[in-house]
Amino acid sequence: MSHNSPSLLRLLASAAMVCSLTMSVAGAKAAEVEAGWSIDQLMRTLAKNHNGYAHFVEKKSIAMLDQPVESSGELFYTAPDHLEKRTLKPKLETMILDGRTLTLERGKQKHRLQLQDYPEIAAFIDSIRGTLAGDSKALQQTYQLSLQGDAQDWTLLLLPIDAKMKKIVQSIRINGANGDLRTIQITQADGDSSVMTIEKITTP
Amino acid sequence: MLSLTRLKSAKTAIVLWLIFILACIGIISHSSFSADLSAFLPRSPTAEQQLLMDQLRDGLVSRLILVGIEGADEVSRARISKAVTQQLRNNPAFVSVNNGEPVNTERDRAYLFNNRYLLSEIVTPERFSVSGLHAAIGDSIDLLVSPAGLLVKSLLPHDPTGEMVQLLQQLDNGHHPQLLDGAWASQDGKTALLLLQTRASGSDTDAQKQAMQIIQQAFSQASTATSATFEMTGPGVFSVTARDSIKKQVRLIFIISSLLIALLLYLLYRSLSALLLGLLPVMTGVLAGIASVSLGFGVVHGITLGFGTALIGEAVDYSIYLFMQSEQGRQTEASRQHWIQQSWPTVRLGVLTSVFGFASLLISGFPGLAQLGLYAITGLLAAAAMTRFVLPYLLPSDFRIQDVSHIDQWLSRQAKRVRALKAYVLVLVLAACTIIYSHRANLWNHELASLSPISAVDQALDKRLRSNMGAPDVRYLVVVSGDSQESVLEAAEHTSVPLQALVEQGLLASFESPARYLPSLNSQRARQASLPANEVLSARLVQAVEGLPVNANRFTPFLADVAAIREQPLLQRADLEHTSMAMAADALLIHKDQHWSALLPLTAPEGSEIDADSIRSALSKNAGAGALFVDLKAESNKLYSTYLNEAIVLSLLGLLAIIVLLLVVLRSASRVGRIIMPLAAAVITVTAGLALCGVQLIILHLIGLLLVVAIGSNYALFFDQAYVMPKMAPCTFASLLFANIATVIGFGLLGFSTVPVLQAMGMTVAPGVILALVFSAIFARRNHAHTD
Repeated sequence: MSHNSPSLLRLLASAAMVCSLTMSVAGAKAAEVEAGWSIDQLMRTLAKNHNGYAHFVEKKSIAMLDQPVESSGELFYTAPDHLEKRTLKPKLETMILDGRTLTLERGKQKHRLQLQDYPEIAAFIDSIRGTLAGDSKALQQTYQLSLQGDAQDWTLLLLPIDAKMKKIVQSIRINGANGDLRTIQITQADGDSSVMTIEKITTP
Repeated sequence: MLSLTRLKSAKTAIVLWLIFILACIGIISHSSFSADLSAFLPRSPTAEQQLLMDQLRDGLVSRLILVGIEGADEVSRARISKAVTQQLRNNPAFVSVNNGEPVNTERDRAYLFNNRYLLSEIVTPERFSVSGLHAAIGDSIDLLVSPAGLLVKSLLPHDPTGEMVQLLQQLDNGHHPQLLDGAWASQDGKTALLLLQTRASGSDTDAQKQAMQIIQQAFSQASTATSATFEMTGPGVFSVTARDSIKKQVRLIFIISSLLIALLLYLLYRSLSALLLGLLPVMTGVLAGIASVSLGFGVVHGITLGFGTALIGEAVDYSIYLFMQSEQGRQTEASRQHWIQQSWPTVRLGVLTSVFGFASLLISGFPGLAQLGLYAITGLLAAAAMTRFVLPYLLPSDFRIQDVSHIDQWLSRQAKRVRALKAYVLVLVLAACTIIYSHRANLWNHELASLSPISAVDQALDKRLRSNMGAPDVRYLVVVSGDSQESVLEAAEHTSVPLQALVEQGLLASFESPARYLPSLNSQRARQASLPANEVLSARLVQAVEGLPVNANRFTPFLADVAAIREQPLLQRADLEHTSMAMAADALLIHKDQHWSALLPLTAPEGSEIDADSIRSALSKNAGAGALFVDLKAESNKLYSTYLNEAIVLSLLGLLAIIVLLLVVLRSASRVGRIIMPLAAAVITVTAGLALCGVQLIILHLIGLLLVVAIGSNYALFFDQAYVMPKMAPCTFASLLFANIATVIGFGLLGFSTVPVLQAMGMTVAPGVILALVFSAIFARRNHAHTD
């Protein structure tokens, strides 16, 4: 049953879209679907993503720096735990998150970090991977989740639970449609923030 | 008159023997026994071998104990791991106890951060020039906006050049087990892992045993009311279990073989006094053997003792010959004198062939072999001499054993019948030669590990825990030597240059160096001198941030830190105290008398091996540092191959010595040929049998084969004597059979040992001596005097 539900969900979602467009008995039907659009269902939809390929544009505002820094590039994701962020502008940089290892490559420099050595940062980075993988269990270990909107336009809000994490991140707001992520907005505890806009290139 | 001198010499003999026994017991009571690989390490090592030995005996790796906690559930395992760790950390027996919990992290970070400009290898005057600062700060900003930005954000005002990141990266060896519930766990998550380093060296077996007991206790306390189980491994654990299992098995084998042989002798003699008297030469031999090894080597290896228990089976032969071959039913003084005249020369020649065979082992550079040789020689000589010179005087006047002449007659008939099988034996030997030839490529095991007294199960456990832990498997090392800590640290820094180049070329994954934790004073001074004075630096900083999205004002903490480090005293070994780097530095810096060495362990690129030649050539271009590249595994296998080749040569020498002895004594090439032929056939057949069973031969198999020749020669000599003597000693056939059974019992039991080297000896000698007896009978010539 759980195996079939995501496709059923999509069917329902598209049905809802048709309904709202045709405006016939819209109220009742849409409410029904919205009521059924839970975190659980979102996660199941997301878990359907086995791999993905997208463009991104990220804008970071860091207090230390005089002006926001914008970068853009490509994102690759392979379920369940491989995430690759290839920044093409302004400088070539690759970040590969593979299992518990984070590798950063910039020019000749290559950094390899073990996430477990930096638990808070791991939880921070994993919020994105956890969302991509639809791993609500992992996310709920660190964050309190709340969902707004419907299948076509949902916003998942992640608020850190424990005090240590609260010192680092204030909130993570992820916006998306169905199984696709559209923006990731991170506000750090010190006020630094970043907004990443994601544009999917191909559907697997 | 005659009997009075006889009585006197009897008394003298007995008194001398008793003194000898007491002396042996005295020596043995002060002997020490070992069970580690030390018996297999060379007596006069090369520089590389010395390093290998030091590493095996008390190198860092020898002090590691790996612990795996299994069973129960993940949470319980992690809880037990934490409880054990907490308890053991306070115990002075351990230098470090690690289960992934961050304990030293704070101190480690403080050491690195506070001393970053002294520790970082990339601190040069150029790095603090305007352009150098510009590039470094630019890099740091890139890192700040990268996903790892969180890591450096708080550091940036203090460390705009990113030295801390540089240091952390250098020190990360890349091996980390995963953390489950805050404690290390295996890949499959089913085993919680701990890594301990003992204070005592791995070769200090008693201390290692104590450490194991402490760990065991801590685990028992922490795991009450759970179903968790626990395993330990590591070189020290190995020597403890090896010693225990050798001790236990040798004792058990000794008891069982003594009982079986006693039972055999009792069934044979039907006389308790004969049984006890018959065991006296054995006891004499065992005591003499152990005492001589203890005197000669200072320490007796467990393997030698195991071998010794098996040799009981051979030493008991002499009294069997004496009792059985004396005129049956008339066990009188005269009949024993007759035995001494008739049979003793044959027994004596048998003893001498054994002694000649083993004498070659004495010159072995391999203490393990030399011990076996010395043990065998003194043991057999003492047992035979006791049988000849003391035992006859101890026999009571009414000494009598069961008459087994009917068995002897039956055997004698069988012996004649089996001569017809000669052709079959020749075919068998031919087949055996073919088998050996076809297995020639895999006949010998060339790994030193094959000598390890560790059972295969324990080795598998070790391999599993080790790979889960990513524990250092120190195989490749570069070693630099000098006469002071400072000189070897400098040499290590010089050697790092070509090694770093190899890392960049991808020929090495990484390497370690003690100079990373504790740079030489010269380097520290140079780095300190690279730091500009405050006003210079602050002026450069303003220029450096031009074009970067950051204001120079942000870096006030950096200016303060640099100013402080410029004035700071240089780092000494003591500054490392209480950090986890102290252990690393100690492991990599070896101090022996006036001699210092620094070790630089190399890590091979993933999925491939290190190309020794490219390392050597890279190091040779950087002469002066005198760096030595050592592949410990290749070195140990080379060492073993030397032993193996040496053992082969020595065994052949032993064989040659036996042949020469026989030629000199018997003065007949054809007789010698007839004696050697069945022995050679037995050796060939046994070797082929082992090869067929998929057993790869190790040195101890070879020693076993030598024993087959040494023991078998006794049988062949008796058959030869039967041919030349007008009349055979009574019950020769029966005595040979029972002597053979006793030997088979002694060695056969070794075949059941789980200690590989003991097993090897047992499984070679037991079938070998049976074949030697049967073949001797088959190849025996028809006796003119005995024809029916």
